[in-house]
Amino acid sequence: MNDSEKHNMEEVRLMKGNEAVAHAAIRCGCDGYFGYPITPQSEIMETLMEQEPWNTTGMVVLQAESETSSINMVYGAAGCGKKAMTSSSSPGISLMQEGISYLAGAELPCVIVNVMRGGPGLGTIQPSQADYYQTVKGGGHGDYKMITLAPASVQEMADHTVLAFDLAFKYRVTAMVLADGVIGQMMEKVVLPPFKPRWTENEIRQISPWATLGKPATREPNIINSLRLEASDMEELNLRLQGRYREIENNEVLFEEFSVKDAEYVIVAFGTTARVCQKAVEMARAEGIKAGLLRPITLYPFPTVEISNLANKIKGMLTVEMSAGQMVDDVRLAVNGRIPVEFFGRMGGIVPSPDEVLHALKTKIIHR
Amino acid sequence: MTTNDIINPANLVYAKTKVMNDVPMHYCPGCSHGVVHKIIAEIIEEMDMQEKTIGIAPVGCAVFAYKYLDIDWQQAAHGRAPALATAVKRLLPDRLVFTYQGDGDLAAIGTAETIHAANRGENIAIIFINNGIYGMTGGQMAPTTLEGMKSSTSPNGRTVPLNGHPLDITKLLAQLKGTCYVTRQSVHTIAAVRKAKKAIQKAFENSMDNKGTSVVEIVSTCNAGWKMTPEAANDWMVENMFPAYPLGDLKDL
Amino acid sequence: MKEEIIIAGFGGQGVLSMGKILAYSGLMQGQEVSWMPSYGPEQRGGTANVTVILSDERISSPVLNSYDTAIVLNQPSLERFENKVKPGGTLIFDGNGFHKFPTRTDINIYRIDATEYAYANDAAKTMNMIILGGLLKVRPIVQVENVLKGLKKSLPERHHHLIPMNEKAIQIGMRLIKKVN
Repeated sequence: MNDSEKHNMEEVRLMKGNEAVAHAAIRCGCDGYFGYPITPQSEIMETLMEQEPWNTTGMVVLQAESETSSINMVYGAAGCGKKAMTSSSSPGISLMQEGISYLAGAELPCVIVNVMRGGPGLGTIQPSQADYYQTVKGGGHGDYKMITLAPASVQEMADHTVLAFDLAFKYRVTAMVLADGVIGQMMEKVVLPPFKPRWTENEIRQISPWATLGKPATREPNIINSLRLEASDMEELNLRLQGRYREIENNEVLFEEFSVKDAEYVIVAFGTTARVCQKAVEMARAEGIKAGLLRPITLYPFPTVEISNLANKIKGMLTVEMSAGQMVDDVRLAVNGRIPVEFFGRMGGIVPSPDEVLHALKTKIIHR
Repeated sequence: MTTNDIINPANLVYAKTKVMNDVPMHYCPGCSHGVVHKIIAEIIEEMDMQEKTIGIAPVGCAVFAYKYLDIDWQQAAHGRAPALATAVKRLLPDRLVFTYQGDGDLAAIGTAETIHAANRGENIAIIFINNGIYGMTGGQMAPTTLEGMKSSTSPNGRTVPLNGHPLDITKLLAQLKGTCYVTRQSVHTIAAVRKAKKAIQKAFENSMDNKGTSVVEIVSTCNAGWKMTPEAANDWMVENMFPAYPLGDLKDL
Repeated sequence: MKEEIIIAGFGGQGVLSMGKILAYSGLMQGQEVSWMPSYGPEQRGGTANVTVILSDERISSPVLNSYDTAIVLNQPSLERFENKVKPGGTLIFDGNGFHKFPTRTDINIYRIDATEYAYANDAAKTMNMIILGGLLKVRPIVQVENVLKGLKKSLPERHHHLIPMNEKAIQIGMRLIKKVN
């Protein structure tokens, strides 16, 4: 084996989705991780603690006393223009909603990873996608949006962690990586992103001139704040946020298609479910059914235009989710009644199987 | 002698610190907040830390603290100031980081954040204004409201069976290994103001020396919430608050 | 080539780590791999299972409802997974503690008494490697050489001296496995 082969071999690793998040965070120059353990995502903080990045990149890793505290530590770090993140699973993310709303109101960039589990309540530790509404429709108070990336592989867990930071700082918003227990727990091949140094304070002053790093005599104080007592001031902030959200909707939609070109029926699914549905599409194709798959990679912004265009060309759509049907609302809004849109899902931590999906496609759409 | 003769540096005996902004305060006349703001501003100037200080403002009457001190600020969600301060200080270890919190913020909704930040020994200073009442929302009961003390949510006086005991959180914080300096002061007399200023200065120095968490409680009045004149409120505080919350150092390592 | 495998048994039988070694072996021969465990309290003393897929092409679903090969190490796992082996597929079981045995006639059934061997020979730690050896005898999906490379990759260096012991266990497994139908 020569050196370059050896190098390439070293670059392809086998690891869990949760571990990939931790390694990607260290490598992309994350400054601080603050979290609280909860299954099925605890490996993120465990891996960070094992890696001890404070000795290498200088990244701070801290186990907080609660998710409430974690998200507010993220707020404090983000307020200093630092690349800050937290991660949790559904019940913990519910507890963070106050902080998420404040982060939006204070226009702070940060990254949150939600490795979803079944609910409501304490629920189950098994995988779920039932936090779609909470994530893309605004789980906290007020009119705000989070960029939402839905990884469907361990590779995407790493890639989306990096992308989430880029997008968060591009728009001064929270970017959420919305995974599920399967993606967090499964091991796959992954090529980790290259190392990027953490930003220096001078770089932060350039990139985020609003950051609270201490007030030099040459500028006004920087104040990180979401309080606007005057209604007109508050509306102005809202208008600015909405303008930014329209920009995100115009520029940042990501999706993937599989066998869609000649398809008569298309399944729409994200994350793990999209992988299951891809298998169902392969099985359908083997039976001569012209099926395809559209996988939204960004759930916010949603690929509304792409789904709308598809509705002009096909006979029906099936949305598959690990929930009672949440994303299907957005698919139906995009299709606007032109073709049938049906839903199939499993709840409470059960992953639909490929043959269940194929059966649903046949009974709910093809032979309806 | 003309006015200009009088305005002469040689005649200067007192000047407002440049760290205080020239804006009218929203605090009620007689409130302790203004005095504490001023001494914090003076200390920041005297320590030459204006460019290196990040203050964390609470929810409560002091929510607008960021309007009055000419430094960088972060305004926290209710009770979460110590969590913000933890992250700020850990990421910027050479900065002076302090929280400014009332009794509801620090000792009710933010108890967990307060105790855990202090227990971790975060190198921050916590300035704690204890006036035994929720001033901003109109005089409701606080965790530190005294037994028998009236508020809009304890109109007949706080009773232990209904409301539990007043929480002496400062005493509790003094027992934690992460705190290096825990003291209780007041600002109702010139002498008290001087002592309180020294205490806050020590807390700030501890933060810069990475000695652990410092807590400075200022037993304060809320004459508007207590429905008294400022003078009567001071007397009431001396008679009633000081026995429950005695002044002095609880811990000084 | 694509092989979809379920390994199931009690927590502590080395089910998850056997799956991991298979996945690393696939990685070593340049294949796409996925390793999807049952996770949570199930891991601690209850039943544990792991789905391992080795494929020359991109893997779609990491969660399956039928398998090319099932390795079952306890009675409940046999009951749960016997019917999920694809016709013509392979079922391997360790007979220790079984009172009901596989009955299907459209699949290849093998028995490997690895638990019994491991206890008799003080080799409990390599029990799962014995079973892996059995699997590789009847389904040579990865080369032993790549298993050893995978072990080297997945084990911390301080455990590398255990690799020859594991290699021996694989050879024992290859001898122990017997076809029963």
